[in-house]
Amino acid sequence: MKLKFALFFALSAAFGASAQADKPVDAPGGKFAKDAEQMFRSSFRTDNSKYWMARLDQDETMKTCGLYRDNPPRKLGEKLEKLNAATIRYPVEGKLIGDWKEGEKLAAVGTGGHIGFIQPDPAGKLRGGNCYACHQLAKQEVAYGTIGPSLQHFGKIRGNSEEIIKYAYDKIYNSNAFTACTNMPRFGLHSWLTPEQITHIVAFLIDPESPVNKD
Amino acid sequence: MIQRLLKTLVGVATIAAFAGSVLAQDSKVADELAKYREALADGNPADLLEVKGEGLWSEKRGPKQASLEQCDLGLGPGKLEGAYAQLPKYFKDTGKVMDVESRLVHCMVTLQGFKQEQVTRQWFSKPGQDSDIEALVTFIGAKSNGKPINVPASHPEEAKMAKMGEYIFYRRSGPQDFSCAICHGQEGKRIRLQDLGNLTTKDGAGTAMKTWPSYRVSQGAVWTMQRRLIDCMRQARWPEPNYLADSIIALETYLQKNATGTVMETPGIKR
Ligand code: HEC
Ligand code: HEC
Repeated sequence: MKLKFALFFALSAAFGASAQADKPVDAPGGKFAKDAEQMFRSSFRTDNSKYWMARLDQDETMKTCGLYRDNPPRKLGEKLEKLNAATIRYPVEGKLIGDWKEGEKLAAVGTGGHIGFIQPDPAGKLRGGNCYACHQLAKQEVAYGTIGPSLQHFGKIRGNSEEIIKYAYDKIYNSNAFTACTNMPRFGLHSWLTPEQITHIVAFLIDPESPVNKD
Repeated sequence: MIQRLLKTLVGVATIAAFAGSVLAQDSKVADELAKYREALADGNPADLLEVKGEGLWSEKRGPKQASLEQCDLGLGPGKLEGAYAQLPKYFKDTGKVMDVESRLVHCMVTLQGFKQEQVTRQWFSKPGQDSDIEALVTFIGAKSNGKPINVPASHPEEAKMAKMGEYIFYRRSGPQDFSCAICHGQEGKRIRLQDLGNLTTKDGAGTAMKTWPSYRVSQGAVWTMQRRLIDCMRQARWPEPNYLADSIIALETYLQKNATGTVMETPGIKR
């Protein structure tokens, strides 16, 4: 009897713990999260195209990151990192480092993909990586943001081994493969940048001739 | 007053000249703007709009030929001092939490007899097309200067709205994985050269919210908080919300609650 009771107690404690891990105590929105989701989705103009509205859909990573205010418990974080790592695709020719001059252009472009009716980008406008929004890169560009760490001299400091090249490629393709819930977008996953475009940005980061490393 | 207006006119001319160079030299904007802020401290181009808003407030307009002077923004009919600072708020007569813009539109419909589509068609200005709403909100906002923001969200409907705003603030989606928190959830960060601030703290939210509505130099126009948030959703690459949508009012409730206690200083002036 005593044993049975202890067993029951242990089991329910374990169950309680896992239920808690599924939902943090201070999840944004609290008990109104469901209402909030519904209200948010019904707040958009009905003349937004279906294709635009699909941008409100969330994958598991987005949902979990929101739930934990971008700080998931380590175990969940690891799960998301594995999930994201599995999405990475490479260019057909297999070469992960491209032309730094192309990469330099792409890193600077901050427009593309703005939708809506007030100030949309024309369809088909070149989408860039907008890297300077968040990172310092080439020395001569002083209008850089600080949401991410400085990447100046990235290749000079890290070298140009196969390993570093692959790391840079993977990081740009899917940043969450390394840091779940990072503030950095997943450029490859969302087909925001093509694998080939990513190789050019990798070259911009790593090529010794690139202004990221030269000056 | 005349002197202040004159100063403003000079300010408008300088700003217009400045706005032209903004596009070309984005990187120098931060320094330059600090200088212009100082120079324009008592000559914000938004002051002109404030004067216009004051006129629109007391003018008899609409099918009912009524002024807005009996409009109740939460402190009683016609009470404007400090009204902006205590919005959004729950209103018994509509059974809704309303922000300054939704309440103003409500008054234009109920008191003046306008149709909602009619008064919201021009909810923001375009070059050569003024917006009455921008003018009125600028006027109403300035009537809260010196008053602390006061949105404790103690009514259950207000508390719910603030919580729903918090939910949206952390909700990620879109092709850049953005949420409001990515750009506005940390101390001391900037995007390109624009300081972002942490809107989840009293300090960060206070610094931002006390200055709205604000004159935006790069746009050559006053922006209301609805306009600001709808544009941030555009930056997040999301679809476009309806003007006066509940989710915008929820975000405003969340931000004003965070900012509660900070003394209003509007109209502000921004990049
Ligand atoms: C919206 C913000 C944002 C944008 C845009 C962004 N990043 Fe990041 N990036 C971050 C943050 C935050 C980190 C640090 C956390 C992490 O490692 O994920 C980071 C980290 C990195 C790292 C790892 C640095 C290290 O020391 O290992 C690389 C490499 C990188 N970013 C490259 C890029 C490139 C290239 C682009 C443009 C194609 C880009 N980022 C665009 C926010 C951003
Ligand atoms: C991609 C980046 C980005 C995202 C995502 C974003 N914002 Fe912004 N936000 C900005 C920028 C840039 C500014 C302008 C800063 C300036 O003018 O100096 C701004 C300004 C603001 C301001 C005015 C701040 C002030 O100091 O006056 C508020 C309030 C605000 N955003 C709220 C939000 C909310 C709420 C969301 C989510 C719906 C959001 N933002 C999403 C980039 C973003």
